[in-house]
Amino acid sequence: MRIVVLVKPVPDPAAGSERLGPDGRLDRAAAPAVVNGNDEYALEAALKLAAAAGEGSDVTLLSMAPGSAPETLRKALAMGATRGVHVTDRALAGSCAVATATVLAAALRTLDYDLVLAGVDTSDGVGGTVPASVAARLALPFLSYAARIEPDEASGTVRVRRISATGYDLLEAPMPALISCTQVLGEPRYPSLKGIMAARSKEIATVSLADLGLDPAAVGGAVPTTSLLTATAPPARAATEVVRGSPAEGATRIVDFLSQRRII
Amino acid sequence: MGELWVIGEPGPDGGLARLSTEVATLARELAAASGDDVVGIVVGAAPDAAAAELARFVPRVVGVTDAAIAERAWSTPAAARVADLVDRAATPPNLILLGAGPDGRDLAGALSALTGLGVLTGATAVTWTDAGPAVEMSAFGGKLSTTSGFTAGRGIVTVRPNVVTAVPAAAPGTVETSEASVAGHVLPAVAVLDRVSEAGAAAPIEEARIIVSGGRGVGGPEGFGLVEQLASALGGAVGATRAAVDSGWIPYSQQIGQTGKIVKPELYLALGISGAIQHKVGMQTAGSIVAVNRDPDAPIADFADLLVVGDLFEVGNALLERLRARPG
Repeated sequence: MRIVVLVKPVPDPAAGSERLGPDGRLDRAAAPAVVNGNDEYALEAALKLAAAAGEGSDVTLLSMAPGSAPETLRKALAMGATRGVHVTDRALAGSCAVATATVLAAALRTLDYDLVLAGVDTSDGVGGTVPASVAARLALPFLSYAARIEPDEASGTVRVRRISATGYDLLEAPMPALISCTQVLGEPRYPSLKGIMAARSKEIATVSLADLGLDPAAVGGAVPTTSLLTATAPPARAATEVVRGSPAEGATRIVDFLSQRRII
Repeated sequence: MGELWVIGEPGPDGGLARLSTEVATLARELAAASGDDVVGIVVGAAPDAAAAELARFVPRVVGVTDAAIAERAWSTPAAARVADLVDRAATPPNLILLGAGPDGRDLAGALSALTGLGVLTGATAVTWTDAGPAVEMSAFGGKLSTTSGFTAGRGIVTVRPNVVTAVPAAAPGTVETSEASVAGHVLPAVAVLDRVSEAGAAAPIEEARIIVSGGRGVGGPEGFGLVEQLASALGGAVGATRAAVDSGWIPYSQQIGQTGKIVKPELYLALGISGAIQHKVGMQTAGSIVAVNRDPDAPIADFADLLVVGDLFEVGNALLERLRARPG
């Protein structure tokens, strides 16, 4: 079983230091990068599937990201991925979602895989459209919002439980296929010391737009489909009213508050 | 004048998703400013019921019948059918609007690939300017509020729930039908083998006006009994933090936050929730935030409107008593 996991380095949401630079792009120096949360679930699922399939299995990380990304990818390699492919190019600064999907699809064309796994969305922009877009560009079956993934190598198909409003839909498609992954797949492992040591010598291939046969003038920052007009801090919420007292007093204050705001 | 398209997404029982009625209302508001015509599009194996529902909100609906969708995952073939309509349109639509839920995101991504149109996601507001649509979004967990546009002046926008209140049009619109084109876009089919309803599936949180939510402080599945009773007394839905979901006290469908759902109810009542950033990003735009927590220094003290310091069971039960004692 050969699996590619799409991985995006994102500013650490827990650090809370994200800000834009004067060019309207993320100030990457201000915000430490981590592997996007939902991508970690995808990677954990990939590692389990590869281990279950045994001999000849591997997990490749694919990331389109600025030059600093290998540092973040090492953390994912330390979890157990086999190698990394890092697509990076100055011309990609300021890329829109269309460019991201175009580039990831082009990079996937150069790789062998049975499955491509990706997080359902990323914590920075919370877009959630790139997995579907990559699948459509490659004419791969797209199975989304996975809560469980069950490949069957004998029949060459994969079954996915897709989370629905009332439960789940059981989906099936031939492999290769692209699957978007949720937290329900299971908690990502912590890298072991051995894994961290091993990750230091794992290969991270650097790939440019030219390597992928893409024209820097036709994809990326030169031809974005969207443009940022303004970016402001949202208005702060009003000061918090703190009530200390008996439970009865607290409950009464809540009812009054809800009545005043016409919520009840 | 051009057109603004609203894609009607499937709701329960072959009907229309409630979010689509909000998106349709937003489209009418935009059309009033842009001078465009609003067209609703419903793609399905039997689109009639959803198309009729969408026609309560927009002047004209096109129902596209694609029989194969009955046994397939909806978003990919639906994207192909909408891309066919874009190809056939005399002038492509200025805007294609969908909901920012799973189906809307999946369709938007595939449609962007098929048409090359840009996509702006998770809109918290959309207005019309001389240069076209201006789409407000929230980035980096709500730390930034951004406004973006399309460089080509047209594109695809997904809209979060509760951005507008759904209001039917003064007069219902017309419904016309269109067969799926034969020589259109083709994407690989994904079969739906089964649709499983899980017992105890709770009310959906994305569209709820009131959410009562529990965290680690609730202590266990029994504790969620009180959360459920309060939600029921307030006519709301039950939400939870990731800690409560990871502990198996409540299903993932109710999880609010970074790897769960983003909600914007009128009232968010947080019980035993510390308000860590991963949770905050999912609920900080709620109209009113009321928290009950033992710890007056918990992070939620910084962004709640009202914080009652105390035991959530004692305060919660006292609150339940008062709510139940209210007339009507």
